[in-house]
Amino acid sequence: MKKTVDGGVGARRPLVDGVEKVTGRAKYTADLFAPSGLVGKIYRSPYAHAEIVELDVSEARRLPGVVAVVTGADCAVPYGILPISQNEYPLARERVRYFGEPVAAVAARDERTAAQALKLIRFTVRELPFYLSAREARKPAAVPLHANKAGNLEREVHNEFGELGAGFAQADLVREDSFHCAEVTHVHMEPNAATATYDPSREHLTLHTVSQVPYYVHLMVAQCLAMDTARVRVIKPFIGGGFGARTETLNFEIICALLARAANGTVNLKLSREETFLTHRGRPESDIRIKIGMRRDGRLTACECEVVQRGGAYGGYGIITILYAGALLNGLYDIPAVGYSGFRVYTNTPPCGAMRGHGTVNVRFAFESLLDAMSQELGLDPIAVRRRNLLKAPAVTINGLQVRSYGLPECLDRVEQASGWRERAGKMPRWRGLGVACSHYVSGSAKPVHWTGEPHATVVLKLDFDAGITILTGASDIGQGSSTVLTQVVIEVLGVDQRRIRVIANDSAITPKDNGSYSSRVTFMVGNAALQAARNLKEILINAAAARLQVPAAQVECLGESYRSCVEPEKEVSFGEVVAQSLVDTGTLFVKGTYTCPAEFQGGKQRGGAVGSTMGFSYAAQVVEVSVDPDTGRVTPEKVWVAVDCGFAINPLSVEGQTQGAVWMGMGQAMSEQTRFDKGKPMAANILDYALPTIADSPPIEVYLVESNDPNGPFGAKEGSEGPLSGFPAAFAAAVKQATGIGFNRLPITPEVVLDAIVTKDEEAAAAADAAPAVQPLEPEKVN
Amino acid sequence: MKSIIGLSVNGQRRDDAVADNSLLLDYLREQLQLTGTKQGCDGGECGACTVLVDGEPRLACLTLTATVAGKHVETVESLARHGRLSRLQQAFHEKLGTQCGFCTPGMLMAAEALLRRNPHPSVEQIREALAGNLCRCTGYVKIIESVQAACLPAKESA
Repeated sequence: MKKTVDGGVGARRPLVDGVEKVTGRAKYTADLFAPSGLVGKIYRSPYAHAEIVELDVSEARRLPGVVAVVTGADCAVPYGILPISQNEYPLARERVRYFGEPVAAVAARDERTAAQALKLIRFTVRELPFYLSAREARKPAAVPLHANKAGNLEREVHNEFGELGAGFAQADLVREDSFHCAEVTHVHMEPNAATATYDPSREHLTLHTVSQVPYYVHLMVAQCLAMDTARVRVIKPFIGGGFGARTETLNFEIICALLARAANGTVNLKLSREETFLTHRGRPESDIRIKIGMRRDGRLTACECEVVQRGGAYGGYGIITILYAGALLNGLYDIPAVGYSGFRVYTNTPPCGAMRGHGTVNVRFAFESLLDAMSQELGLDPIAVRRRNLLKAPAVTINGLQVRSYGLPECLDRVEQASGWRERAGKMPRWRGLGVACSHYVSGSAKPVHWTGEPHATVVLKLDFDAGITILTGASDIGQGSSTVLTQVVIEVLGVDQRRIRVIANDSAITPKDNGSYSSRVTFMVGNAALQAARNLKEILINAAAARLQVPAAQVECLGESYRSCVEPEKEVSFGEVVAQSLVDTGTLFVKGTYTCPAEFQGGKQRGGAVGSTMGFSYAAQVVEVSVDPDTGRVTPEKVWVAVDCGFAINPLSVEGQTQGAVWMGMGQAMSEQTRFDKGKPMAANILDYALPTIADSPPIEVYLVESNDPNGPFGAKEGSEGPLSGFPAAFAAAVKQATGIGFNRLPITPEVVLDAIVTKDEEAAAAADAAPAVQPLEPEKVN
Repeated sequence: MKSIIGLSVNGQRRDDAVADNSLLLDYLREQLQLTGTKQGCDGGECGACTVLVDGEPRLACLTLTATVAGKHVETVESLARHGRLSRLQQAFHEKLGTQCGFCTPGMLMAAEALLRRNPHPSVEQIREALAGNLCRCTGYVKIIESVQAACLPAKESA
């Protein structure tokens, strides 16, 4: 695509709401707190697992200044993101299942009174054994967290595509290895917050909250409060990041609504950073066993993978996450046979959920790492091995996923060249290394989580007497720039001056429902809906121009700010005149565009086959260069080269920023980040202990955009902000291996871990030198 | 207990009754409605509340309001003059130094302090000056580019 219109698609333009952000004018939820509102606070379980014997809030209720207290008794309706696994209450009932689970909440006149009220709550329990790992929770004698789930198994997945046995039999080399990835969490910079107002005279509730999927908050709040959805209004203000944490409806949002109704007024509820950590919904701790078959030339023959995820205390997205982990073993390379077993386990930790690269990141780390090791063992270049296994679009994978555009070959070329791979890989000085890995992700789940029969995306353009165009969308701009992308799409079609365009997003009273900002669906699906809406509007404008010019519509040429006859170019009317004409008899125009992913893209017929299905996969390849300090174990990522096939960059500046952010988030997981628990309690529920990387730890990240022009994407576009994440950990580990000669199968690869491994290796080498004769290296398991 | 303290906020001289235990962050956000300054953590971890006190970057969440009596406090709201973005703001806007925008006010104030004492910092100096300001969106690459762009002569910064 060539840039044709000022500010249209392909333009490196700043965010449409960037000025608000750099001036401090952007209002986030906590900035909207009415000073007259009550202060909400949550009493949280100090136990990891316990039966509730008694919850006495009478004293808290009596404290002067306390207006409302709510407990599990105030809401007996469970909620959850998946209709089939709604097993969570906004406030615990009968049992608490993780440290920090909300038990009661108060609304009081001020912060101090609310805090004091929490201290007056008497919580009596009978403690139960708690399980902080999937292994403990799965033991036969373990107490089930949920009555209907023996062995604490939320979901078990088994599937096999292609001839697995035959695949391994054809391999020249079969290797199997185990990997462990610590749990990580989003740490969006804005702590969770909500403010709710209940109007008792009209029985209406208005909720401002930090959601990526406001319509679902709307549904869940109405469900839990047993209110007609028509009496609920949900507004998403500016939001300080999401990364998946805010795709689910979260307990505090419902609690805020419950408090507002109980208080018949406005309640402001701001969670601390610690509480935000406890609300979690991040990427689960995962144990992965993976086996790959490869021919001598690097061609893959089969892959078998088992994944165990520590899911946390409630269902949440769990079933989807464990299905994603298996489904997206496919779609990146051509693998003739793939077997997968997944186990999603309930544990006494905050519930996991969707996090950038949902379900795929840890498995990708395992797969790419083993692929790298096997390439080395066969003496093959890891980039050449990846090239040996490329798909050829259009393709349908063995598990029924459609691949219609595939820029991975070019991604590999770009990073190979840019990093100087051929000249440098394997020839680096000691304590320095280069590693490579590939990854991919969906551009929107082709089947929505909640199937209703509605289109998958709807955009409305409002055109009125002022000749301004207002884009009405329910798509949540969470900082990724979705409102900017939609603006560029509309400008591209209509050619108008960009100052005519406004975006109003996420007010359920005004904007159309949108399925939300998850699975990187917005550019693809909402972008397509905006494209259709703009084309529909353009048709109306052309007809109006034709009427004004008194020429046939086919003769009308749209110049954006004016329209003219292409036969008699001197016949020209301004945009304002065309708008005025278009409103005659009809008045204000609301022009709609929709988009729906066709059924053929919605995955295989197997149970759970819709998970992982998409209209277009993004692809990425990255090379990471590291240096290692052998005295401290500290690994410095010196540079990253990443190429991403985003189909077409509607806003190259934005795609670069998203890609850098994704790679960097993968870096945090690879190098330092992890939640930790001891004796049931969180040990890293703050930013410092969690070890978020700073600017001082962060490398230059060179981005190369590859445009494969997806046949179904708007202007060819696909996603670019999740796929590049999952390649980083494996590329990093491969680089560290090259630098140290040691393979690391556990994330994060912290300085302590690296130093331990270096010391152990040195000691072993010294011991081996002492022993005589030298031990022969083990023969590979099978090299025909 | 409250006391009246005199200070200047964004160039405006004020005398306000302030609780002795009031934090500068709460004073700015709640008493003056200057909500540009953000709270991102439980104290001193993230840098989102960075403001300038007599030109030096300070964490408003760890500063008692009483301790800034007689001093000049500057927040993100002061950077734009007569509605025009400062060069630093313009650079963050144009170079995409901001994504979700939540860390941006603190990041801008930390960068502003840096550029005032060192108008042409090296990349390493930028990293050092912003090491206490966390961002979860950008990977920091475009933040560094934004600060660098703000250092260029005006005609080149576009």
